[in-house]
Amino acid sequence: MEQPRIDRPRVDRPRPARHQAAGAAPLPPNGVPHSPTGKKGHPVSVRLFLRDTSTVFSREFVPVLREPLGLLFTMGQPLLFLFLFGPLLAGTQSFEGQGSPWQWFVPGILIMMCLSGPMMAGYSLLVELIGGSMERMLVTPLNRTAMLVGRTMKEFVILLAQAALIIVLAVPLGFRPHLPGVLTGLAILVVFGIGLGSLSFVLAIASSPSGNLFYGVTQLVLFPLMLLSGVLLPMDFGPAWLQAAAALNPVTHIVEAERALFSGRFADLSVLYGMLWACVVAAVGLAMGTRAMRRGI
Amino acid sequence: MIHARGLTRRFKVGRGVVDAVRGLDIDVERGQLVAFLGPNGAGKSTSLRMLTSLLPPTSGTATVAGRDVVSDPAGVRARIGYVGQKNSAGENFRVRDELVTQARCYGLRRAEARRRADEVLALLDLEALATRKPGTLSGGQRRRLDIALGLIHRPGLLFLDEPSTGLDPQSRANIWEHILRLRAEHGTTLFLTTHYLEEADTMAERVVIIDHGRIIADGTAEQLKGELAGDRVTVTVHDEPEAARAAEVAARIAGSDAVTVERRTVRLRVPHAGRTLPEYLRSLDASGVKVATAETARPTLDDVFLALTGRSLRESDESHGTATHGA
Repeated sequence: MEQPRIDRPRVDRPRPARHQAAGAAPLPPNGVPHSPTGKKGHPVSVRLFLRDTSTVFSREFVPVLREPLGLLFTMGQPLLFLFLFGPLLAGTQSFEGQGSPWQWFVPGILIMMCLSGPMMAGYSLLVELIGGSMERMLVTPLNRTAMLVGRTMKEFVILLAQAALIIVLAVPLGFRPHLPGVLTGLAILVVFGIGLGSLSFVLAIASSPSGNLFYGVTQLVLFPLMLLSGVLLPMDFGPAWLQAAAALNPVTHIVEAERALFSGRFADLSVLYGMLWACVVAAVGLAMGTRAMRRGI
Repeated sequence: MIHARGLTRRFKVGRGVVDAVRGLDIDVERGQLVAFLGPNGAGKSTSLRMLTSLLPPTSGTATVAGRDVVSDPAGVRARIGYVGQKNSAGENFRVRDELVTQARCYGLRRAEARRRADEVLALLDLEALATRKPGTLSGGQRRRLDIALGLIHRPGLLFLDEPSTGLDPQSRANIWEHILRLRAEHGTTLFLTTHYLEEADTMAERVVIIDHGRIIADGTAEQLKGELAGDRVTVTVHDEPEAARAAEVAARIAGSDAVTVERRTVRLRVPHAGRTLPEYLRSLDASGVKVATAETARPTLDDVFLALTGRSLRESDESHGTATHGA
């Protein structure tokens, strides 16, 4: 059998084939440091990072392809919101100057999905931490950050598919998407979601092995974050203290940025704030996530 | 393959600290099969997790497969295989998919990863289960899958944490068959933990006993038993006064130890029962003691542990069970 090929540049020499049976050549050791501590921004480490991310992503995504029916179930909830809650809002006609209520509501549904999707990623990580499959991957040279990003990417492919479906279904109801705006809005969502996903991974790691902390915190944090962001109803009608609290909630700014973008108002200041908040959440999430992964689980 | 010096690990538990490992020194040469034996909570798994770079040591150094676990964990990871205590395969994934993923984690290209997955499936008799999910496998099959995952990159050094725990005797035997074949065919260095005494005794050529985070004995099972425990000789006589006299005679035998009398039964330990028993029986005869029955028994590793710690490994297993989680 020929030497297995490894798509990673080798720095050191392959070991001589001692102790190995004639049929089985040893795999050459990986000479390149796998962690991003190696050389940040170096093309080799970037390529390895992308490869590892794709490894993790494929692992997570293959079961979705094998059982696409499961995907339909996860798409059920946002569709219910669209059809059973959306018409209620559409009937209120209290969206002065914002055009159709759908213009206002559809970005909200997307944010709701964006909050719950990455949290599910944390949940699946928690299950793997409690079992042994995470440990098995941690003992490979797989890049730690790639483990986080690859998993979140999978949640986002699903989220983007759901978002596309919701947008398409909302058009007959009266939603008028501004295409470049929608694309920019989805990009912000992806950045925000990667950050949220990483934070939920940090939480999952902190919660293992019992997992109680995870369930408690996701319930206690997720719901207030959603209610305080004006996803379902405009905050404008709330008391001042509620509006003040909402102003401190990053999700509020992202929702507002999405609403502006979906209507094509690129110059709106909320777009800038939303982008900044998405980047902050992503940076904090990835930094904490990578640290948690490195410190050992 | 493994050189560790002064390895320690301290865990914070609530407000206190637990020293799970307190100064581990060990050297394992290429091709050895080492069994790490000790009660639950002795520090076996913690040691293993440090040697496999999963857990940074609190202090001390370790070189594994030529790489430092602290300064080059990625280098260690690329060269070793590790089969943990729990099931390695994810519940939502098919057996073969997980094997391919694992190969990709080690940097193999897609086509090569698939080929390698098929090889280990064949190696561990898992071919028929390739498209199943782990939840549908039996305990023994799942354990074989765990080992297959650990072997996907053909490591020269494989760590196994309790590879046969929780399996029925037949599956245990089957797992051992695979482990031993691995060693015979590929010369893989094997480092495993177990709390099955019989396993360590019969399978490993070197037994390292750990207790309270320290190595307390290290050698072949035979050496340990010969040096630390010795054979057991049990003699019964016809009445209690004779038993007392038999015990006196026993105490005079060179190398005898731990002489006890219990009603008409006398027990003692000697380095070589085969040599000592005839001599003892002759001496008893000369002293006029009539022997009813005489037996000898080879010591077990439990006797070794008992001699070293004053506790039986089986008992301390129970009392220690919940003391330190996963340590």
